[in-house]
Amino acid sequence: MKREYLGMIAVFIALALVPFAAEWTGQSSWVRLVGQALIFGMAAASLNFILGYGGMISFGHAAYFGIGGYVVGILFHHHAAGTAFLGLIPGTDQMLITLPAAIVVSGMAAALVGALSLRTGGVQFIMITLAFAQMFFFLFVSLKTYGGEDGIMVRRTNSLPGLDMRDRATLYWVVLVCAAAYYLFLRRLVQSSFGQIIAGIRQNERRMAALGISTYRYKLYAFVLSGMGAGLAGALMVNFLRFASPDMMHWSRSGEFMIMVILGGVGTLAGPFIGAGVLFSVEVTLAKYTEHWMLPVGILLLLVVLTARGGLMSLIRRVTGGGK
Amino acid sequence: MSHVLDIQGLTKTFGGLTATDNVSLTVNSGEIHALIGPNGAGKSTLINQICGEILPNAGRITLGGRDITALAPADRVALGLGRTFQITSLLDDMTVRANLGMAVQARAGGNFRIFDRAASRAAVWDEVDQSLSGSALAVRADVPVADLAHGEKKQLELLMALSQRPRLLLLDEPMAGLGHVESQQMIDALRAARKDCAILLVEHDMEAVFALADRITVLVYGRVIAAGSAEDIRANPDVREAYLGEEDA
Repeated sequence: MKREYLGMIAVFIALALVPFAAEWTGQSSWVRLVGQALIFGMAAASLNFILGYGGMISFGHAAYFGIGGYVVGILFHHHAAGTAFLGLIPGTDQMLITLPAAIVVSGMAAALVGALSLRTGGVQFIMITLAFAQMFFFLFVSLKTYGGEDGIMVRRTNSLPGLDMRDRATLYWVVLVCAAAYYLFLRRLVQSSFGQIIAGIRQNERRMAALGISTYRYKLYAFVLSGMGAGLAGALMVNFLRFASPDMMHWSRSGEFMIMVILGGVGTLAGPFIGAGVLFSVEVTLAKYTEHWMLPVGILLLLVVLTARGGLMSLIRRVTGGGK
Repeated sequence: MSHVLDIQGLTKTFGGLTATDNVSLTVNSGEIHALIGPNGAGKSTLINQICGEILPNAGRITLGGRDITALAPADRVALGLGRTFQITSLLDDMTVRANLGMAVQARAGGNFRIFDRAASRAAVWDEVDQSLSGSALAVRADVPVADLAHGEKKQLELLMALSQRPRLLLLDEPMAGLGHVESQQMIDALRAARKDCAILLVEHDMEAVFALADRITVLVYGRVIAAGSAEDIRANPDVREAYLGEEDA
């Protein structure tokens, strides 16, 4: 237990030092890369809650990531133009408003999709979540007001009172704090009464129903919580890249989130973050040399899945000798 | 005496097959009512209709005076229905203790809380320890369920069902696959359990049925061919022919 806390603090400090390390070594791109990896890690971790802990294989998770991002983009668009969304909701560039708004809106989208798709199971569930994500994708492609397939520029990062958000390092630290808070939230969540019920449903849904649990309601709540996490990640990503586009919710993005989860370790807390870090850095490194970086990534995934059941986290556990 | 369970005219067809054919039966409070019949008689189909996993085409099921015919399985549990499965159905990644904890937690409620700690719910775990303390499973409390022997799984299922504090317990072949000693232990456990709830027992082990049951209903091809006390059933020529005869021969 103590060791787990020490490990968490050590990782947090190491990540907090990244901007300084980048400055000393002159590798200014590190901040951008690690920041993105953290955000992808959050999105993958949110997927992992329903996939790894809940056994719901959602193949449309990028939809909530993209919707969260578009909330930031659209609010900024109206803020810059001095107009109102649907003539009702004024725009804003305040992060204290845009992030909660992104969480709420993506949660509502997840509630809609979950309410319908959770009535099915197995392969149908995978296909229906994918179909809904594609619907959202094409919806945003067709929204010419918000840039259509070109997406929407966010000229300036959202502001936070008292912080210079134009400073890359400051923005990175905001992302890091969000990622750490989200990690702690998930850690709490899986140990909660609700988290235990979800773990029970994954193992044996029929048994849980026989214990008096209305599994549909619990699964839907988990699905919404998970969508909210992805929405938060998407909102941060749009702040980080100052750009939102339908590509954020492309089905291949959903697949990447899933690969991150499997690579890092299904049903583990740190796994999705590790998976996101590894996948993203491999992607960035290989993309310098070849367009066909997917091929080596596929081989890597095969190796991990075949040799280490439980992903990279199980390898790490083997090396450090147990512990969480 | 009041009926805990009252089934009237229950019918279920699958295509051309009538799995449950106009079945009526009652279970009184404090009673063990056994349901017997050859393989394929529709016993499990009947159990699954009482639990709500299958909905009947016609007929009515009343639990403690409330019509539950159309209720979802979980809502029936809330009204006091507990069950065990013919093929044990447990949470295989968890320990014996955690399985029992889940049963108690599910009954205790408050399960949408996301900021508490399930492991710190003292009332839940006190109750788990209490129900384990009288059981042979006490020494196996921290063993993952996947590593349990068959008989132990059957015991755990019964403990879980009892910790839901049901008013009616549906037991689907609790003796199946048990050795002689284990069967005897299970019979003792059921005798103890009947003090707290009525039991509808589906069982092939005739020795156990005659040792436990107050009344017996015989199901053949989805139809009730006889119902009555253990003595009546033992003496009934139709039953002997349809079912018991095979064993006497």
